[in-house]
Amino acid sequence: MLLTVAVVLAAAVAIAVGTVPVPLGDVVAVTWAHLTPGDTERSLLYDQIVWDFRAPRVLLAGVAGAGLSIAGVCLQALVRNPLADPYLLGISGGASIGAALALSFVPAAIAGLGVSGAAFLGAVVSVALVVGLAQRAGRVAPGRLILAGVAVAYLGSAITSYIQLQANPGELRGILFWVLGSVAAASWSDLPAPTVALAVCLLWLLVDGRRLNALTMGETSAAGLGIDVNRLRLGLLAVASLLTATIVSVAGGIGFVGLLVPHAVRLLVGPDHRRVIPVSLLLGAVFLILVDLLSRTLDRPNEMPIGIFTAVLGAPFFLWLLRSQSGAVR
Amino acid sequence: MRVTATGVSVTIDGTTILDDVSFTAADGRVTGLIGPNGSGKSTLLRCFYRIIRPQQGTVHIGEHDVWRVPARRAGQLRAVVAQDQELDNEYAVRDIVAMGRIPHQRLLERESTADRAIVDEALTRARIEWAEGRRFVTLSGGERQRVLLARALAQNAPVLLLDEPTNHLDIGAQLELLELIRELGLTTVAALHDLDHAMSYCDAVVLLHHGRVVAADDPVTVLTPQRLADVFGVRGATTTHPLTGQPHLVFAAPRSERELPR
Repeated sequence: MLLTVAVVLAAAVAIAVGTVPVPLGDVVAVTWAHLTPGDTERSLLYDQIVWDFRAPRVLLAGVAGAGLSIAGVCLQALVRNPLADPYLLGISGGASIGAALALSFVPAAIAGLGVSGAAFLGAVVSVALVVGLAQRAGRVAPGRLILAGVAVAYLGSAITSYIQLQANPGELRGILFWVLGSVAAASWSDLPAPTVALAVCLLWLLVDGRRLNALTMGETSAAGLGIDVNRLRLGLLAVASLLTATIVSVAGGIGFVGLLVPHAVRLLVGPDHRRVIPVSLLLGAVFLILVDLLSRTLDRPNEMPIGIFTAVLGAPFFLWLLRSQSGAVR
Repeated sequence: MRVTATGVSVTIDGTTILDDVSFTAADGRVTGLIGPNGSGKSTLLRCFYRIIRPQQGTVHIGEHDVWRVPARRAGQLRAVVAQDQELDNEYAVRDIVAMGRIPHQRLLERESTADRAIVDEALTRARIEWAEGRRFVTLSGGERQRVLLARALAQNAPVLLLDEPTNHLDIGAQLELLELIRELGLTTVAALHDLDHAMSYCDAVVLLHHGRVVAADDPVTVLTPQRLADVFGVRGATTTHPLTGQPHLVFAAPRSERELPR
């Protein structure tokens, strides 16, 4: 409950603060005007700043933070490895290749797709490759999944590096910004895909949260409790891939959120996925909204890639949390 | 409920692990699966867990073909105490035992008062109720096995499947667990490493060797010196415990230089 309030509050503050500050009252007024029918009087300047620039950006940060955190929860439960994150499946590697190509050499060839489309295509190809390599007769082996994912991720980053070396300085900056992740260019049209993906995945996860708990006890335990382990694993893979691919394709490779938030949440509320999932959702959203706010206010009017700040801010916080949990074993 | 395997064959990566295995475990009895390492005990159990699907043959719990009923139904028919005692989990004992109710709960259904009562009873029957608030990782090996046994009991299934339940336990914890399992009175199939335990605690044993059933009968009939030599390559003999008068197995290596002259 408290976290839901925090999400709304963080979003409102993030919309208000910026190069041109907007009073909180006007933020509420503009939002209200757009959400209710009828013509209310309001400042055109504020309207444009709030509704056209900041609102989609803040919302995308929230959805991306929430989605990456949930994807992280799914993959950590799937492979039962604390280092698992949304990019485990090589998604960012494939997406970077797509985006880097679209931003440098072949904009004409895949112009129809756009950078997002090219990144999404790259993500889908890499997931297909990883899952294809990791399965054996239709069964997914978590150990092989990790290794296949790591291999594809390295391959992706090698190819992206090569493209960067060949690109001109202007293109290079664009690629680097994309790889580190950014919601700066967010528009309303970027929102539907990740939001729908998040809603669908949440629905499935809330139904199956109990099964995730059993899966973290081990394959045999889960099977003994009447769970179709392979089907659950494939479902988790689908959820994590869908979330990560839709988010990466519009916001780039925002790192660390999907790794850090689930762990922080488990340290705070314990291992039960019926609590871990909703809390990760909200904490992920708050975290990325605030990080995005910092990334565009610290060095005004310049923008920093959000991916730099997720690690710079997240790592110390996480290490502090890890140390302060004296009783925890992890 | 009876537990039966009929003509079960399993081949993994070209290696035959189980070759036309059939056995029946009688209702309400403790049946031991015994055999050397790699004889197929665990694989046979994993067929009943729905982890390995036999290429040929069927496994049944009562009337139900384990692979033809829904996964959730299988969770109501048999409970499993496996070897995966995950070390890095943060769950409290009670949370783990409550997972035993999963096969009985519908989607989005919350834990009911009846569920809680069943969990309480399972904790008591496994004699681990004193630890319900403790975290699993803080318990000893024997206590952990009792927690997993309590989870299995919370499933309220007529059949209990155990894969080497006494592994890594000290001798006191081993005997305590085996006594407890016998007292439960459930149809039990247990893969056991220790042949003397099989002798003392099983009503019947199924002896596997190279993926085939060599013998299946009561332990004294199956565990003859000849079979112990043929299957395990040891010289075994039956003796009587001087305090209890119960039969026990003792073993010696094929040729021991430390033997006393007779």
